[in-house]
Amino acid sequence: MSMKELRFHGRGGQGAVLAAKMVASAAAIEGKCVASFPMYGFERRGMPVIAFTRFDDEPIREKSQIYTPDCLMVVDPTLLKLPSLFEGLKPGGVLILNSPHPLPTRMSENLALVGSVNATQIAVEEIGRDIPNTCLIGALAATTGWLKLESVIKGLGEYLDGDILRKNIRNAERGYKEVEVQRWK
Amino acid sequence: MEAHKKQTKVITGNGAAAYAAMLCRPDVVSLYPITPQSEVIEQLENFHANGVLDAEMVTVEGENSAQNVVCGASMAGGRAFTATSSYGLVFMYDAMFQTAGYRAPVVMVNVNREPPGIHAVCSGQQDMISVRDTGWIQVIAENCQEILDLVVMAFRLAEDHDIQLPVIVNYDGYYLSFLAEKVEIPGIDEVDKYLAVLKSQPERMKLTPGKSLGCGSHGLGMGFVELRHKHMAALERAKTKWDEIDAEFGQAFGRSYGGQIEEYRNDDADIVLFTSGSAVGTARAVVDAKRKEGIKVGLVKLRMFRPFPVERLVKALRGKKAIGVLDRSLGFGWGCGPLFMETKALAAEIGIVPMLNFIDGLANMDITIPHIERMIDDIHHASLGHPYKEVAWVTMGE
Repeated sequence: MSMKELRFHGRGGQGAVLAAKMVASAAAIEGKCVASFPMYGFERRGMPVIAFTRFDDEPIREKSQIYTPDCLMVVDPTLLKLPSLFEGLKPGGVLILNSPHPLPTRMSENLALVGSVNATQIAVEEIGRDIPNTCLIGALAATTGWLKLESVIKGLGEYLDGDILRKNIRNAERGYKEVEVQRWK
Repeated sequence: MEAHKKQTKVITGNGAAAYAAMLCRPDVVSLYPITPQSEVIEQLENFHANGVLDAEMVTVEGENSAQNVVCGASMAGGRAFTATSSYGLVFMYDAMFQTAGYRAPVVMVNVNREPPGIHAVCSGQQDMISVRDTGWIQVIAENCQEILDLVVMAFRLAEDHDIQLPVIVNYDGYYLSFLAEKVEIPGIDEVDKYLAVLKSQPERMKLTPGKSLGCGSHGLGMGFVELRHKHMAALERAKTKWDEIDAEFGQAFGRSYGGQIEEYRNDDADIVLFTSGSAVGTARAVVDAKRKEGIKVGLVKLRMFRPFPVERLVKALRGKKAIGVLDRSLGFGWGCGPLFMETKALAAEIGIVPMLNFIDGLANMDITIPHIERMIDDIHHASLGHPYKEVAWVTMGE
């Protein structure tokens, strides 16, 4: 597999930064080289946050931000309105979206694959709070096939433990099962 | 204990710094958090709370105290560690002269961030440049693995009997502090073994209750001059010592980095780009791409900023047709970046060739692949005899 570049869009407090790291850990468990970092100024709850994850079979040397992602993960659906959201998306690009509905229109001509899941609803049911990140990682694994669900679950264990880990594993599993996939040629 | 075992983990640059500090078994750690360094402090406190780190943890009311605490602890013979960034670094400015003047071998992490003035919680190397002449040794990391390795090597260098000077380990805020990568974490037994050589050296002078010892002497005239002369000589010795320590580290852990500088594809290069920190990683990828286009470009990475690797740099840069220097900070009042200024000071030894300075990466501005492609193109054109702009602010469109 050639290098995959993922850009995460969320709001402070929703776990977008952690999601980016958890994806990196899952890829590392599968033997990949990984690099993941967020970009923000002050830590502020509710402010738009961007994070990046790269994984590859080869060592990753570049330390710059991601401008031509293979995949976008939108943790907060209100960020779909960002005019720059799809900027740089590679042809054949993927969108993983927290939304109760499939995407009504193909929002970018480079968009070929969408995985939508009502991650907020699932997180409220499983965790009791709107922390949709791990559900979306499950959806990413199912939609793209880039990561195995078992690696995702193992990766969560590097950041969480006990009851909160068990709840997030269910969150990820439901994302994996309940994601609705749309394709365009 | 789990954290003391050899393992490979996905951790951030800050996590790597904290792991390394813990593995070196410091006696005293002084702690004051600041973005983007806070995670180092949090992780060390975690290690301490979980019994992984057995050190005196001193939480202070500001960075000036943080520096004074580690200076005192070090003078009493202890191994002392602290971490800071930006505003914190400049708030301990006077105390840094003191630590270096007392020859106290403290190791400090500085997570590079723009200092005050234009309020910026952003990456930039201006903070480390601003303490250039405090008498400390300063080294710079490129990635998370190197951060971990540098902290371990920094203790080995600082406490060496021939050196006895404090060391700053610098790494870029945000781009490295928050970057999560796979890092090989050595076992604490391996680190113990690597640092054991320090125990075989003569014990350094230390403050002992009941014994009188004059230190930080009220240096009048010749006393002062003599101490400064020795301090400068120790800094000179630190250069080759650092090369040796790096090679020893390679034997012990299987990773070495070239000592004061690393040359990448530079042997047969016609032109060269010289820089430091996280930008080096991106530059490696661009150098490979430009080589495929037929441009014979090399890369020189600065790993040790103070003492400045004069001899090794002259060797690495001599004979090139043009030299580019990428600065992530400013030499206020000299119209260029500090690395460029210092490289130009070597011109008599290197030879007169076009030298180009690129200012980029201030305040979190991304040093992208297209930016570095353009820099290499500019250096290449200058090497062919075309006119060039000596100092270009890349993000200002120059």
